[in-house]
Amino acid sequence: MKVRSIDDLRSLKEKYYPLIKQRLGHRNGLGLTQVMVCSGTACTSSESREVHRKLEQELARCNLSSSVRVIRTGCFGFCQHGPIMMIHPGEILYCRVRPEDVREVVQHHLINGQLVDSLLYREINTGKKASSLENIHFFKAQERIVLQNCGVINPESIEEYIARDGYFSLADLILNKQPREIIEIINKSGLRGRGGAGFPAGKKWEMAAAQDVKPKYVVCNADEGDPGAFMDRSILEGDPHSVLEAMSIAAYCIGASQGYIYVRAEYPIAVERLENAINQAREVGLLGKGLFDTSFDFDIGLRFGAGAFVCGEETALLHSVMGQRGEPRPRPPYPAQEGLWGRPTLINNVETYANIPVIFRGGWEWYQGHGTATSKGTKVFSLAGKINNTGLIEVPMGTSLRTIIFDIGGGIAGGRQFKAVQTGGPSGGCIPEKYLDLPIDYESLKEIGSIMGSGGMIVMSEDNCMVDLARFYLEFTQDESCGRCTPCRVGTKRMLEIIKRITEGQGEMEDLELLEELAFDVRDASLCGLGQTAPNPVISTLRYFKDEYIAHVRDKVCPAGVCKELLTYQVDAEKCIACGLCAKACAVGAISGAPKQPYHINPEKCIKCASCVAKCPKKAILKGVGREVASSAQAGIFAGAGSQENRPAL
Amino acid sequence: MEPELEKMPDNLEDGFVTGGQEPQIRKVVAVENEKKFQALDQIIEQYSQEPGQLIKILLKAQDIFGYLPEEVQAHIALKTGVPVSEVNGVVTFYSLFATRPRGRNILKVCMGTACYVKGAQELMDTLKEHLKIDEGGTTSDQLFTLETTRCVGACGLAPVLLANEQVHGEAGAAGVYKIIQDCRKGEKIESKKH
Repeated sequence: MKVRSIDDLRSLKEKYYPLIKQRLGHRNGLGLTQVMVCSGTACTSSESREVHRKLEQELARCNLSSSVRVIRTGCFGFCQHGPIMMIHPGEILYCRVRPEDVREVVQHHLINGQLVDSLLYREINTGKKASSLENIHFFKAQERIVLQNCGVINPESIEEYIARDGYFSLADLILNKQPREIIEIINKSGLRGRGGAGFPAGKKWEMAAAQDVKPKYVVCNADEGDPGAFMDRSILEGDPHSVLEAMSIAAYCIGASQGYIYVRAEYPIAVERLENAINQAREVGLLGKGLFDTSFDFDIGLRFGAGAFVCGEETALLHSVMGQRGEPRPRPPYPAQEGLWGRPTLINNVETYANIPVIFRGGWEWYQGHGTATSKGTKVFSLAGKINNTGLIEVPMGTSLRTIIFDIGGGIAGGRQFKAVQTGGPSGGCIPEKYLDLPIDYESLKEIGSIMGSGGMIVMSEDNCMVDLARFYLEFTQDESCGRCTPCRVGTKRMLEIIKRITEGQGEMEDLELLEELAFDVRDASLCGLGQTAPNPVISTLRYFKDEYIAHVRDKVCPAGVCKELLTYQVDAEKCIACGLCAKACAVGAISGAPKQPYHINPEKCIKCASCVAKCPKKAILKGVGREVASSAQAGIFAGAGSQENRPAL
Repeated sequence: MEPELEKMPDNLEDGFVTGGQEPQIRKVVAVENEKKFQALDQIIEQYSQEPGQLIKILLKAQDIFGYLPEEVQAHIALKTGVPVSEVNGVVTFYSLFATRPRGRNILKVCMGTACYVKGAQELMDTLKEHLKIDEGGTTSDQLFTLETTRCVGACGLAPVLLANEQVHGEAGAAGVYKIIQDCRKGEKIESKKH
């Protein structure tokens, strides 16, 4: 069926809305049970596809296929506890559903109407079981606006998106509003770019609309390169049509007829969903020639990133969309003036676009009611690192880090101490404990030396070394520096050399000053955002964790016990039972001993591989941090993924 | 079970090159190559209508050949009319393109921040030690190539190992050995059990 008018959208909505209504918690006597299986990247990698297949099989076997419908959804955000399954009516949430659990779910829940106790979520801090979404604190504490469809609709069905009022805004705007008025509404909503810098979205649109040249282009930046960030991926996987609708609105406003989505090749599921969504939209006439029987044409093509972080920078991205090396160029001219093939091009990030339909559905006044004075709306964050609830969350701007990490995120994994949280990826900084209560928005984060970035949040515990982390980020940016400008190409390299010296115990006190000076030079002199922000992790760790740097340089100690060259291993003579397993495990023959005598590790030969630690049945091998010796149980390098004993014995 | 696993690579090698059959095998390789170039020509035809599709063509070409040797780059340049220097410039710019042959199984350790703070480096070291190759290297039996990858966005499951593009979460704890064994057996890698 072709969609030509708002009435067409309405009749589609009417047809599909009962299904959606049930998923929103209404018991509308549908006589149908719906089982939602998460099919985001995280759940897919923990076998949600197999769960889905088994479920279909089992339903067929029990003759339930007509009364139970299985739907694959986008990310629920509860990635740590995947694969996630949700059953309506009742909004019953099951966690870590293995393929072998499927039979029990069908028997107990679907046939006998009882909850499957073993699959229910247990609150981390209280141990209390929670059966439905509204009882789980992780979800209750959030405000899901942009992610409202993720986990609710089937991302592969345009009809379900329409049933959630999708494409209604587009129809209304094209048929009833002038581009000028639309941009005015975006301006009033206060929406700022979610890609990192926070440039007012309406201003960008205005600039692109003001250009007299044709053709113009609309581009979506889905090159989510920040390691540790997966908001855009989840939106594309869970609600791809919201991005298509927003791009169409943008195209109507600036007068473009062709759009491109630049998406990372590392996101195969997102690519698949986008391809599918574009095809569906074309089929029903929501992309293509003469949308809603007007003269407005718009189509979208996909372009693929091939692994280059710098392509997240808008001018580099444009080069890459044109199939060239993704090198940035000086601005101005801005892409809105001269972009793809020299034509005016509007570039926004995935999450920015995903906000657009929401603003028109709810009205700018309502949207503006969320957030802080300077930063409106909500922000999606991906929580990762040493935190109990890793996953995807959405909160209003101005929420404090403490709320996000300790309340929603459930605190630090393994009962360890919080050390820092890193926001903004390689362009951002590390935030120490003293700023946990700061309400976060674009400005406040900038003030304390970090940035909002795209919304990745990596939580670090006392087991992480901040110098090593700064080295990790520098290694990343140095590797990803495209080489076009000297401050970034050479500067990051020299900085990395200095910081490597420090982590290897070869650093001098002067190195710290040199490192800082160089960091400011690279920041001030680089051509594009990559170089200008690359020193941020170094600057912020030097600012807040200088004592750790000093410990590495002056005392030759890594307080967190991460930097290998600064560690020693010793055998605890009292615990050692002289079994000899450690000596056998040692690849370099550094461990010697005799029957009934405690064994000994020769520090000159030891390469600090920790194989002996994994083998010792009595946990008698201690990892030494300088003069202090921590117990080996504490010093689990594989923290979060299990203790060292669980390391594969290869 | 164990001895059988050990034998598998030998058997595979037997199937490959044995003295007497060499000319025939060379012919087979030539025919194979011919087919690959035909497939590549189709791809080029399909995508060269639109502007700026060089990266897409290169990605597809890499799917066909496993990597992008000079001949393939030159062929693409010739067919698309893009100068070969520009094709090579693009190939060497992006980290997803390989210019050297890779093993039949590609293991990639995610080096995103979330994976790193949860022990991706340890995982990498373990794999390097076990496979006796360096990062970016290929085992002598052509079975494994070990690489790092940029963040795959499965940060909730860190640390993550990609075996032939399939994501294995929490790969530090267990299962890595099994993944390698499965690859050796030549079986389809099944997702790791928690």
